[in-house]
Amino acid sequence: MNQKNKTLSLWKAVDIQSLFIYLLLITVGWLTIYSASYNFDSVAIFDLSSTSGKQLIWIAVSVLVGISILIIDARFYYYLSYNLYIALLFLLLLTILIAPEIKGSRSWLVFGPLSIQPAEFAKFATALALSRFLADYGYNIKDTKRIVLLFALLLIPVGMIFLQKETGTALVFLAFLLVFYREGMSGLLLFVGACLLSYFVVGLRFGEQTLWEHTSMGNFSVLLLIALVMSGLFFRYRKKDNKTWLILLLANILPVLAALLLNRYTKWGFDIAVLQLVLLSLSVLYALFQSIRINSRIPALIALFTVLSTAFLFGIDYTFDRLLQPHQQTRILVLLGTMDDPSGVGYNVNQAKISIGSGGFWGKGYLNGTQTKLKYVPEQDTDFIFCTIGEEFGFAGSAMLLIIYSYLLIRLIFMANRQRFVFARIYGYCVASLFFVHLLVNVGMVLGLMPVIGIPLPFLSYGGSSLLGFTILLFIFLRLDADNLRRH
Amino acid sequence: MRSTSTDFENRGRIIILIFVGVMLAFMARLAFLQLFSEEYDKYADSNAQLKKIIYPERGVIYDRNGKLMVYNQAFYDIMVTPREMKGLDTLEFCSTLKIDRSFFEKRMAEIRNRRLNPGYSSYTPQLFMSQLSVEAYGPLQEKLYRFPGFSITNRSLRRYSRPIAAHALGYVAEVDRKDIEIDAYYIQGDYSGRSGIEKMYEKVLRGEKGVEVLLRDVHGRVKGSYSEGRRDLPPVPGNDLILSLDIDLQEYGEKLMENKRGAIEAIEPKTGEILAYVSAPSYDPSLLVGSRRMKHYLELESSPHKVFLNRPIQSFYPPGSTFKPAQGLVLLQEKVITASTKYACQGGYYFLGLKLGCHNHRSPLNLPEAVSASCNAYFAAAYRGLIDHDNYSSVQEAYGRWRELICSMGFGSRLGVDLPYEQSGWIPDTQYYNRIYGQRGWRGATIISNAIGQGEILATPLQMANYCAMICNKGWYITPHIVREVKGQATDSSFVKKHVSGIDPVHFEPIIEGMRGAVTSPMGTSRGVAVPDIEVCGKTGTAENPGVDHSIFMCFAPKDDPKICLLVFIENGGFGATWAVPMASLMLEQYLKGSIAPNRKWMETRLLNANLMNVEPKE
Ligand SMILES: [Zn+2]
Repeated sequence: MNQKNKTLSLWKAVDIQSLFIYLLLITVGWLTIYSASYNFDSVAIFDLSSTSGKQLIWIAVSVLVGISILIIDARFYYYLSYNLYIALLFLLLLTILIAPEIKGSRSWLVFGPLSIQPAEFAKFATALALSRFLADYGYNIKDTKRIVLLFALLLIPVGMIFLQKETGTALVFLAFLLVFYREGMSGLLLFVGACLLSYFVVGLRFGEQTLWEHTSMGNFSVLLLIALVMSGLFFRYRKKDNKTWLILLLANILPVLAALLLNRYTKWGFDIAVLQLVLLSLSVLYALFQSIRINSRIPALIALFTVLSTAFLFGIDYTFDRLLQPHQQTRILVLLGTMDDPSGVGYNVNQAKISIGSGGFWGKGYLNGTQTKLKYVPEQDTDFIFCTIGEEFGFAGSAMLLIIYSYLLIRLIFMANRQRFVFARIYGYCVASLFFVHLLVNVGMVLGLMPVIGIPLPFLSYGGSSLLGFTILLFIFLRLDADNLRRH
Repeated sequence: MRSTSTDFENRGRIIILIFVGVMLAFMARLAFLQLFSEEYDKYADSNAQLKKIIYPERGVIYDRNGKLMVYNQAFYDIMVTPREMKGLDTLEFCSTLKIDRSFFEKRMAEIRNRRLNPGYSSYTPQLFMSQLSVEAYGPLQEKLYRFPGFSITNRSLRRYSRPIAAHALGYVAEVDRKDIEIDAYYIQGDYSGRSGIEKMYEKVLRGEKGVEVLLRDVHGRVKGSYSEGRRDLPPVPGNDLILSLDIDLQEYGEKLMENKRGAIEAIEPKTGEILAYVSAPSYDPSLLVGSRRMKHYLELESSPHKVFLNRPIQSFYPPGSTFKPAQGLVLLQEKVITASTKYACQGGYYFLGLKLGCHNHRSPLNLPEAVSASCNAYFAAAYRGLIDHDNYSSVQEAYGRWRELICSMGFGSRLGVDLPYEQSGWIPDTQYYNRIYGQRGWRGATIISNAIGQGEILATPLQMANYCAMICNKGWYITPHIVREVKGQATDSSFVKKHVSGIDPVHFEPIIEGMRGAVTSPMGTSRGVAVPDIEVCGKTGTAENPGVDHSIFMCFAPKDDPKICLLVFIENGGFGATWAVPMASLMLEQYLKGSIAPNRKWMETRLLNANLMNVEPKE
């Protein structure tokens, strides 16, 4: 095979579908950024001092960098993964030391007119290093030293990004837990973490709202979740014809339904959470009884988890009400979007919901969004860019966008699974998980389902560092995948 | 543990399930928001509420006689909504505002430049010109309807009836990020008190912001009030303050202190109300208002005379001989001497190589005479007698007792005046001397400088003024304060409570007699303070200083029914009698008689013309 042939076959081997979605998303992003900063007077979409003009430069840079990545030999990424990782750590350290404070964070390195955010590039570097480590040694919980090293690889950049006050970006690194899970980390760990996190968010997010005066919406929802999780766990670990899960499900749901109806249609209102607690206690006793009867530890462990979850819920309440200062409480509540703070973050989320809601089914049409134009929605070309799409393209457009993203995620997993080299497979999962967590947090925030954590929407949000970072992340995987196909 | 590769491949499917599940949840939420929610349907026609903040009137400030000191003046910001400017007669607009065309074009370009104005939207009002006065705004107001796109918002700024009392009043300025974090009441662009009583009484002065909810159409134009104003909230104006300051006395004091550094404090002894609060050099408080602030602040800040130092409460000095009455009171209380105890003075106090000089006077003297003549030998000998007295088991006990009584007169800790950043002065405690000299290493002679108010003792001018009030009240004082009344609120109980000193009232007679003697007797040090027909009592002092000494003078009058206590402190003023004493005399006359007698005008002229600014400042 001569040199020319080899290059040709490389271009054929690159996954056309992902490449197409990538180009589609950056185009949509660019047009949306133009729309978000459009004010009817100006027409200069290519004006290089405007946000859309600047983004165009970054798109050009990203595409060039993407092409370069495809040209470089695939083995390079495996062999230089640790070097890249260490170089990024140095860059992060440098950022902590010299970065000026911009909008409350110290994460920008400024070179004249150019500012970059090294934390955005730490994502792909960490993904490379973790992939290599897992490819070389595997995830073996019994090898304590290696597990500690693995988590150190993950937590060092996270810590440094925290120090730059970029909490959102640091949280994104939780994505790698999904990869660890794929490579052998106990699923229970992931599950317990996800449960506690959702209890925390739901508990505080709806803590202030009440159901017909007597019941705290937060307590009600979390207790309901705990009961559902308990039945779910019994279902998951059931022995053949054991119907304990069904008994628990009905025993916890039916009385609560009755209580809801009673509260809704009669004047016999009461705190439903008390009823739920009684039901949960009975369920725990029943589970312990089962544990003894069938001589198994599993029901007892599920009962223990249920008790600890409940304690966790009231622990949050206690910590929140007693141990935190009022201004800290306000900050958390506003962050979770429960407190209406007319000038703060709560306001932003509310305005975001209004602008999305006003889009209707077909939207108002490109460049016709008014809520975003009137600057009701802040950060509308960066973290809140999904609003502009929701307003101008309505349900049709925004649901379509979510479908495109989902397709990309599934495509990436599919590609990861076909890799013959473990390194490439793991890296593929890293890419998909990182995109997923960005979507989860960003879209969740804009839709008012998640706390306000400012992170960009991949390929759409304005910002050179994040676009370039995501491009590198994706294109390295495209390169690895192309190599995989060519060597078939 | 099963860990075959098929098991883990299965996990790939679970991850896809998680992805799809979340995306479906998001789509359900989107459907709820965009297709089914009534709540957001209200905004379907892109109508939106505009919450317009209505700023309350900040409380105004009066002096003790109801004369206006601080008030608000409306200033106008001209706002422009670029989208609505169509059909504007630019020429007429410019001539109405008396600006030229190029300025107009420049401003509009700045507004539209996103780099300079990141929050720009052609649909929302943008600031065109700020802080126009009523005079400039008047002509515009009449024609405003002819200038599409332009609107006015008004803000009020502080105005001062006279350019005085800057250190007491403090100033108001725009809040910074930290303020907003600490107090959620503030938003960007709000003003709050930064120093003086503007800061201390910020919460009562500021009132409560109101809100007007307006409805806007698709293009952001205000279409009237939302639901007929039912959701509007009227602003609550701030409470007015009545100060204890006498605006005329304050002005007079500042005039006398022009071209000098120092402080004058006047207190009404029966109430603890501060009648005059002069810190020199001072500045015109209106220099720090609104957009002028930045420039002037830096200018004043860099002055070598420390203009922003609030001298009455932030500077502290050895009180010098003004401390002698306090010594006399402790000596009497502890029965070390009686009023008739005499000590000899041969031009000073000499002991084991120690020397405290004294000036020429007859000898021996009793206590009132020693106060009048300010005899160093008398107080040194008696102080040694106290500290080394057999009544106490140790030097430490004697000194501890002395310190306790001195502190009961308001020395050594913050008084709690209603001004921010007060300093506490210093009366060293027993441990301090133990540390320096060792447990057994010190006696009365070691710390003899305390006897005449030198050495380690430090007091703020306000503490000295308060101590003077305590003397003429014969043993009690009320915490000095500047705000006499917050309108619409009960008086602060801490400004009514009497603080009683540890000295029996009977002991004050000889001390007051001595202070009267200082003014009347031929050997008195304060004769220059005498005001015709008024019985003045006083005491001079000198704070030793590496350069020219600071001069101190405290006095009160009339003797039998004191109406005013006065403390005059002049940095590098040399002997008290030269500047501080006549200044006090004029202040007393001004306050008690309302004007200066013609035959004393020469004194006034001499003081007004004095310039002590360039006398070697304290390092
Ligand atoms: Zn003498």
